[in-house]
Amino acid sequence: MSHAIILPILLPMFFGALLLVGHGWSREVKRGVSLIGCLALLPVCLYLVLLAGAGQLQVYALGNWVAPFGIMLLLDRFNAALLLLTSLLACFALIYACRGDDERGPNFHALFQFQLLGINGAFLTADLFNLFVFFEILLISSYALLLHGNRANQVKAGVHYVVLNLLGSSFFLIGVSLLYGLTGTLNMPDLAARVASADVADAPLIKAAAYLLLIVFGLKAAVLPLCFWLPRAYAAAPASVAALFAIMTKVGFYAIVRVFTLVFGEEAGPLANLGHELLWWMALPTIAFGVIGALGARQLQALLAYLVVVSVGTLMAGFAMGNVAALSAALYYMVHSTLISAALFLLAGLVVAQRDSAGGDLQQERVLRQPLVLGCMFFFASISVAGLPPFSGFLGKMLLLRAAEPGWQAWSLWPVILIGGLLTLVALSRAGTSLFWLGHGADASPSKAEPADRISLLAALGLLLASPLLLIAAAPIMAYLEAAAAQLLDLQPYLSIIAGGAA
Amino acid sequence: MEAVFAITLGVLAASGVYLLLRARIFPVVMGLTLISYAVNLFIFAMGRLGTGVPAVIGKSAEYGDPLPQALVLTAIVIGFAMTAFVVVLALRGMGELKTDHVDGEEPRA
Repeated sequence: MSHAIILPILLPMFFGALLLVGHGWSREVKRGVSLIGCLALLPVCLYLVLLAGAGQLQVYALGNWVAPFGIMLLLDRFNAALLLLTSLLACFALIYACRGDDERGPNFHALFQFQLLGINGAFLTADLFNLFVFFEILLISSYALLLHGNRANQVKAGVHYVVLNLLGSSFFLIGVSLLYGLTGTLNMPDLAARVASADVADAPLIKAAAYLLLIVFGLKAAVLPLCFWLPRAYAAAPASVAALFAIMTKVGFYAIVRVFTLVFGEEAGPLANLGHELLWWMALPTIAFGVIGALGARQLQALLAYLVVVSVGTLMAGFAMGNVAALSAALYYMVHSTLISAALFLLAGLVVAQRDSAGGDLQQERVLRQPLVLGCMFFFASISVAGLPPFSGFLGKMLLLRAAEPGWQAWSLWPVILIGGLLTLVALSRAGTSLFWLGHGADASPSKAEPADRISLLAALGLLLASPLLLIAAAPIMAYLEAAAAQLLDLQPYLSIIAGGAA
Repeated sequence: MEAVFAITLGVLAASGVYLLLRARIFPVVMGLTLISYAVNLFIFAMGRLGTGVPAVIGKSAEYGDPLPQALVLTAIVIGFAMTAFVVVLALRGMGELKTDHVDGEEPRA
């Protein structure tokens, strides 16, 4: 039992608490402490990726209580990769935030650390109720971060976000307690074994609980009928916060994958692969909705938020196909889309700062102060996010398309993804022309705004560079993610944890 | 007892949903509170309803399940914090947006 497994939870908790205690410290000290906290996560998560890469499931029993009685943390390749992704993203978002976003209100850094605590905890835990608690931690810090700065449009978007998620929490509690009442356990591997051997008479109720959980996770992940909150909330958030939120929809995706492969997966008897078909038919309309939204968006950040919805739909489609090839393609696409949409949000922050009065609105204005640098970055990010070669989005989409089985699956997936990609490109190039090009009769003198801060620019560029790097290192990354997908779909090692197999 | 319990939960949840759909911030907060009461009682009931069953092994022939009680306590604390946050947010919204509609603007007539 390696104690490193709990570090991704303890480190942000420690630094968050420290920052709360030291809320009177000067700005520089707080920034330094927060950055140290974030950077300390990187080597830990890297170590966990290597640890999980050995192939054995790692179990951490809190307080050394034996598995089904105590809460346990579970580390496999999938969540190790997600932890590393989160810490990478957090570092870049924090560096960007340290150049101004954190001054808009008090306690930004403490909230940021608690947000990381919630995200990392949700990834690691193997207990359903514990998952609920970590969801609430990440939600309450996300409420505060979303409202950071207290502008009117943030409050407006915040009310929807908070009320919806509170209702979601109620559904979560009903689903969890229903499962507890029927099976007598909340530990996921234990739950998997009990669901598999459950009484036939209980099956409909277990099914109801499963669908309740699906609603909750779908709300977090923003799948179609539950995604209307996302564009407004993400568009209102400060750039660095929106960049960090790029991982939040993936928490929902993670929870769906975890629960619907492990508890309601292949081994679940009459309830086997319960959510797959439903998710498939939710995923494709989600992509379509996101693309239509992006085409109709009148504001840059709203457009990017709709692209987050598109990526969620793509991930869900990959998961719903249910085979190793599709799942590993979805994981690759997840890494790509998280980093690139975060880069785009940071870039949008830089662009908006150089527009005089129009803000993020997609209309002609004076030329930006640095049209060439920002324009080039926007161009490359757009190509990558739309899925054109030579960037990682292309590879992710291609792998996904290739994983579709010939027949109805391919017939429904290919047109949605390909036409969706084309229309995304149309939306982005339309946005690019109005942001960076000069129209008829426009004022040709450049904006008098300050040139972009060099460090913020580097933070956005760093995230953007992930795209070519993901392509160059595609072979080892894909090998790891394929192993992760295979591990997720092979349930025997998980089930044997309770019998005393692992750890 | 089960019937009374179930009807109570149903009434609480239905009133909560009705208030939630009023789309004004005060009824919405009330509705969320009622729903969370219903949910808390539901969690409690999942440990099975019964009288005279202490949550200690060995005191009597049957014993109650202590876990749902622990869960419900956690849920109450979290629900309380969240409700407090919504109330503060609602006040902020009233000051900032001059309306109590959840959309932040009066609906068009």
